[in-house]
Amino acid sequence: MFGYSFGELGSIFAMQAFSGLILFSVFLLMALGLAIIFGQMGVINMAHGEFMILGAYMTYLTSHIFQAYLPGLFSIYFFVAMVVAFIVSGAAGLAVEWILIRHLYRRPLDTLLATWGLSLMMQQAFRTIFGAREVGVELPQWMMGALPVTDVIEVQINGLFVMALTLLITGGVALLMFRSRWGLQVRAVVTNRVMSGAVGIDTRRIDRLTFGLGCGIAGIAGAAFTMIGSTGPTSGQLYIVDTFLVVVFGGAQSLIGTIASAFTISQSQSTLEFFLSGSMAKVLTLLVVIGLLMLRPQGLFVLKVRK
Amino acid sequence: MSTANTTTKNRHLELIGIGLIALLILVVLPVWLDAFRLNLVGKYLTYAFVAVGLVLCWGYTGILSLGQGIFFGLGGYCMAMFLKLEASSVANTKIQSTPGIPDFMDWNQLTHLPFFWVPFKSLPFALIAVIAVPSLAAFILSYAMFKRRVGGVYFAIITQAFAAVLTILIIGRQGYTGGINGITDLRTMWGWDIRTDGAKEILYFACAFLLIGMMFLARFVLSSKLGRILVAIRDKEDRVRFSGYDVASVKVFIFCLASAIAAVGGAMFTLQVGFMSPSFVGIVPSIEMVIFCAVGGRQSVVGAVVGTLLVNYAKTSFSESFPELWLFAMGGLFIAVVLAFPRGIAGLFTDQVVPLFMKWKSARDGATPDATPAPAE
Amino acid sequence: MANSTDFLLALEGVTVSFDGFKAVNDLNLYIDKGELRVIIGPNGAGKTTVLDLICGRTRVSNGSIKFQDHEITGLTEHEIVKRGIGRKFQTPSIYDDLSVFENLEISFPRGRNVFGALFWNRTSEIIERVQEIAEMIYLSDQINQRAETLSHGQKQWLEIGMLLIQDPELLMLDEPVAGMSVSERVKTAALLNTIIKNRSVVVIEHDMKFVESIAHRVTVLHQGKVLAEGDMEAIQADPHVKEVYLGH
Repeated sequence: MFGYSFGELGSIFAMQAFSGLILFSVFLLMALGLAIIFGQMGVINMAHGEFMILGAYMTYLTSHIFQAYLPGLFSIYFFVAMVVAFIVSGAAGLAVEWILIRHLYRRPLDTLLATWGLSLMMQQAFRTIFGAREVGVELPQWMMGALPVTDVIEVQINGLFVMALTLLITGGVALLMFRSRWGLQVRAVVTNRVMSGAVGIDTRRIDRLTFGLGCGIAGIAGAAFTMIGSTGPTSGQLYIVDTFLVVVFGGAQSLIGTIASAFTISQSQSTLEFFLSGSMAKVLTLLVVIGLLMLRPQGLFVLKVRK
Repeated sequence: MSTANTTTKNRHLELIGIGLIALLILVVLPVWLDAFRLNLVGKYLTYAFVAVGLVLCWGYTGILSLGQGIFFGLGGYCMAMFLKLEASSVANTKIQSTPGIPDFMDWNQLTHLPFFWVPFKSLPFALIAVIAVPSLAAFILSYAMFKRRVGGVYFAIITQAFAAVLTILIIGRQGYTGGINGITDLRTMWGWDIRTDGAKEILYFACAFLLIGMMFLARFVLSSKLGRILVAIRDKEDRVRFSGYDVASVKVFIFCLASAIAAVGGAMFTLQVGFMSPSFVGIVPSIEMVIFCAVGGRQSVVGAVVGTLLVNYAKTSFSESFPELWLFAMGGLFIAVVLAFPRGIAGLFTDQVVPLFMKWKSARDGATPDATPAPAE
Repeated sequence: MANSTDFLLALEGVTVSFDGFKAVNDLNLYIDKGELRVIIGPNGAGKTTVLDLICGRTRVSNGSIKFQDHEITGLTEHEIVKRGIGRKFQTPSIYDDLSVFENLEISFPRGRNVFGALFWNRTSEIIERVQEIAEMIYLSDQINQRAETLSHGQKQWLEIGMLLIQDPELLMLDEPVAGMSVSERVKTAALLNTIIKNRSVVVIEHDMKFVESIAHRVTVLHQGKVLAEGDMEAIQADPHVKEVYLGH
């Protein structure tokens, strides 16, 4: 088959699967924030990629600060950077919600356009502040290198780290949604906004926090992103379409759906990438997803509800 | 004061507006501008086709498409394929290893013309394809979704994904499409050199006349009963079904019409600018065209054209002097229009300027002061 | 259970479930030509769902719905409308951005496909018909007004007018007097009395006084099933109905 032995083919699939898992992590981290905002509030945030890149630039800054002032602690700078990224992106999200989004809750299509405008401005701001060239961060020593699994297969430590981080964050979000009082309130507002208001939930505050949290998670995604790729002003845009498809494909209000669809899309894309050129793999994946969405517009996982 | 009078007044206003646009693009600009600038305006006018289409499907029916670049691009590519084949005659390409095929195919080691290029040797076929291919694409895309009642943001996202797919496809298959550079070096149409100043002027006028024709076509659709059904669909889609209309067919029709209008713009773009490339197909140009329409007024055919001209004029002058600021300005414009002026320049005009004019007129005529019309539509 | 009926509308063994919850459960309901049927029942009994099923807004999970002896399950809403079933919604459902005239004109049962609407010709016949209806629904003076500016009661009337101009065989009204003032109620009752002539009507209503004043036959729904059916007196005397309404 294609001139490879079975052993080689197996290793190739394993390697592709691993790189698919890294793509999965990026998709999922980005989609989590997007799914929270879109699924819970019905708001399309076209600037989501830019909030992610904001987190990436924060990580970049933090790494430089550590290098300059705290070189002894450089090995743990990333954990600080993650917190910084979360806070900065989250705060920016809160501000954007207050200035822009809250005026547009009844006009979802207009939110889409306004946040697109916001993304243009953020891109230009990044370009002005950080320059048009892509920047990368220096990884701490322990994150470099690879672990050999067999003599042909080896896995990158930074990739493993990002995956572990993704698992952790996804678990955290699940806990927050299904075990915390805030999560309960968010779910209540989604189910019945008027009633939630009537029983004393401050729906406006919930909206703002939800948006802030979604953007904060995008910030963390950006921090993780720096571990595996370099950051430029327009890097966020590269992923926005894929991430939207991940969210929509998964069924907008389902966490499990988001995970499953991020997994399916990333794995099929990276597996196909081996047989076809990268761009054709992407075209094929996107087309299949769009086709499936046309057949099943409500996404993979959704409850049938009485309207 | 009854609204009916205001409605007819608005209709007259629209007609006056179309007349003024015609005066501007057919007389004022050609007299005033040099050949280079006029050609630039001609390029802007091709985007105005897309904006007029968006008024139909977005402004009136509420279908936001973030993929109009697909149809603009397909129209443009159909035209470009014909022109490229004419420019790639055996005599012109005898230095290639395979003479008689477009240069980019030769560079990509293609040895014969791909099958889907062959019919584009015929101009009539190409002209039909300019309308038919994008309409068919729009039909396939929208029929499946509207029958299943997918709309709103889902439709917007899926059209956007399609725009992304088409761009990746064009760039990735450069042997068949010319890749990222697009289809360039177009020369003649049936032997007529389209690169000369004289030809460009003729093409400019053709484009202007076509645009005015499309504006009248849009007016015709919007002032028919179909136009009122479109408004009803935007307002209460579910209810329209219970008035006995097949909402999906109406939406498919209007989306295909909007796409066909965009495609005509794309073909005129290719003719006037002399090339077509994926940078006019993808996500960014598609969404920019939405903003042209939004700035001018999503519910006004005249407004959409004015908005397109103004935003592009601003873009050109900004990019010449402060390229840094352009993205800020563009982003700010998006936000400002959506937040503060959802009905764009046309809305400002009917809400602010027209009442002032009516007041002035009634004061002059000494009529009763209640002649101020109710806020339009 | 007859397979072929001379009923105008026949629901047989109709079941619909939402995620396991059976909102309507094995329901049989027959409406005669020219009959006026009132459906009552406590909240959540499935009244509105039954109307949704008939007009195609909700798909049945099981069972058959026949209109004029033709199966209509599986038809889309507009096809069912074209067969002659009209529906008035609980909250006034009109086109706010159009004028009263245009609202009525859109509902006129002709020129309903794309090209019919595109090349629609506003003939004097249509104008007369619209004006006639506008007069009936007390909106002659508002005929060129944007529908959004009408009062709540006027919007209800406009919606009734939109049904009238459709001239359906079967008319379904979901709480037609809800939220109306007393004087609007009286006018609406008079209006309903004129429109229910020459056609079959199904009404959902909570207001028992109103029900008493119009009902021929009453069907009581409870938990998605027919609990009782008969004339008003028999229903009011039925111990099961009392139990459902007054609690256990």
